[in-house]
Amino acid sequence: MDKALIPEGVRRCSLPAFGIWILVLAALIGWGVYAGVVVLIQALNVTGLNNHFGFGLYITADLAIIALGAGAFFSGFLYYGLSRFFPALRELHKIINLAVIVGFVCYTGALAVLLLEIGQPLRGWFGYWHANVHSMLTEVIFCITCYAIVLVIEYVPIVLKNRKLDAIHPVRIFGHTLHDMMAIFALTGTFLSFFHQGSLGGVAGVLFARPFAYRTGFFVWPWTFFLFILSAIASGPAFTALVCRSMEIVTRKKLVDRSVYELISKIVGTLLSIYILLKIADTVYWAFFLSPELGFKLGDYYRAPYGMWLLFTEIILCGVLPAILLTASRGRQNHFIVFSSFLLVCIGVIINRFVMTVQTLATPVMPFDKWEVYVPTIYEWAPIIAMLAYCALILSLSYRYLPLFPREKELNTIS
Amino acid sequence: MVIDLDKCSGCMACSVACQAENNISFRPDETNKLRSITWMEVFYLQNGKDYGEYQYTYLPRPCMHCDAPHHAPCTFVCPVNATTRNEENGIVEHIYPRCIGCRYCIVACPYHARDFNWWDPSWPKSMESMLNPEVSTRMRGVVEKCTFCHHRLLNARAKAYLEETDPDKATYLPACAEACPTKAISFGNLNDPESEVAALIKDPRAFRLLSKLHTEPKVYYLSKHDWVRKQADKGF
Repeated sequence: MDKALIPEGVRRCSLPAFGIWILVLAALIGWGVYAGVVVLIQALNVTGLNNHFGFGLYITADLAIIALGAGAFFSGFLYYGLSRFFPALRELHKIINLAVIVGFVCYTGALAVLLLEIGQPLRGWFGYWHANVHSMLTEVIFCITCYAIVLVIEYVPIVLKNRKLDAIHPVRIFGHTLHDMMAIFALTGTFLSFFHQGSLGGVAGVLFARPFAYRTGFFVWPWTFFLFILSAIASGPAFTALVCRSMEIVTRKKLVDRSVYELISKIVGTLLSIYILLKIADTVYWAFFLSPELGFKLGDYYRAPYGMWLLFTEIILCGVLPAILLTASRGRQNHFIVFSSFLLVCIGVIINRFVMTVQTLATPVMPFDKWEVYVPTIYEWAPIIAMLAYCALILSLSYRYLPLFPREKELNTIS
Repeated sequence: MVIDLDKCSGCMACSVACQAENNISFRPDETNKLRSITWMEVFYLQNGKDYGEYQYTYLPRPCMHCDAPHHAPCTFVCPVNATTRNEENGIVEHIYPRCIGCRYCIVACPYHARDFNWWDPSWPKSMESMLNPEVSTRMRGVVEKCTFCHHRLLNARAKAYLEETDPDKATYLPACAEACPTKAISFGNLNDPESEVAALIKDPRAFRLLSKLHTEPKVYYLSKHDWVRKQADKGF
């Protein structure tokens, strides 16, 4: 029934099968929307947040999804900005559409959750009107808005490539013109996202009265500003590759050349190695020099359930290990190792965002304070799950009706 | 503000006075302290020793109105300029109708001096007539904190103006200091070398909470006990 909308020459599952999948996603989104409405009506007292944990699951999920969505800006930067100097990066055009859509859904999803996160959602616009230029959160608000707009502009030409829309002449011209200007948008997005990722790191790093999070750094930028950027550009492409591979597994088709994954492995391996070396240096400096100056020992920060295992998992298991595996050419030959490493990298960045928000607050600063534990409620989980379902929904619709993968037809004819 | 812990009996009159003066709302069940609003919280400190050597004290904790150069931990993080430090009188203020409830200031404050309004404020009907008309109530979804009874400062300044004296030299007492039965809380202008508080902070017993963090609190404490001072600043 919807065959006329499906790109020419490719095969998709039957409409009823697709419909059931969409219904499942719609149910999850509906559940999340219901929870969100309850939060808006009854207020944040239905969440697990409290005066100790001002930040919780919402902000952790936002920070994590924005880092994972960084594949969009970084792939765009590599493809539109650097590929003329490094021709090998042209391979990324085979996955760039997917990267843009992953970025689009991650950023717009994060914006929706942010609306629930603030106590006075109707005052969300105050961030623009009464902006405090000293606040890292102001930078976050401006950058996420601008970058979400850039991603919409980047997504539109992909939507206009739909068979039926492309057949309309003015629409085709418009889409083509937008496509021609894409390098400008990609580089604008890179600039915005660079500051956005950095500011999210800065949100934690500038808390000079919270010794767990506080870092010194360059001028007004704490180290976490740069570490967040590096971790995002290392994990973003890994997440895009993981999404692509998941789509290949679900659809049982080859969607991109193996060479694309190899290129992404190299990029992720190199960036992750640089990041993890700097992260280790940062951790050592923080643990043995900065914290003792503020009266804290490393052990003061790690207690159950946020024990030392978190530090080990984040840095060694999800940092050093995948960095070694992806840097070694033998590691990159093995499909299982490559995607397991990508998964570890993504888990690592999620743990990092959790640690910098929730564990920061669990750690007592006043000596007579208690170590607190944060337990999110269903009203926090449901919107987050709905956000993921929304991401899956947009990706599913885009995959079915838009020419996302330029090589799909060829690759699947050969097989 | 200077709080003499050697004089404090832990009666919590300061906390109750603050609650009444500033229209701080409460719930029928206040057992969950992580969701309660307490501008003046009283902590119980003990030296950790056994019977015989066991000692304890109470530590009232208002907002510290931090004086760190350029900004307090909470003011520079607020994305909407809802919390600012008044550089004329040093009071860290919070503009409730501008607060978006992002809670970044709560995250930034190591003293837990800021509370969030998790519910709409409400009082029993019979108590509504006892609300202080000089202090606005705060709506759900915003952060609030101790203001050093800023409205009393405004009243003192207005009175000085009417009496044709210098409003900048107007003095007042916050509700907590006024209510303290042991006169443990002193309040005044730290920048005025003639003031009582300026003399008190030169006392060898004086210390500040978490001074190592360089938040430069404007609340000083006095205690003759080393163990109290040690607890107040981790790794003293």
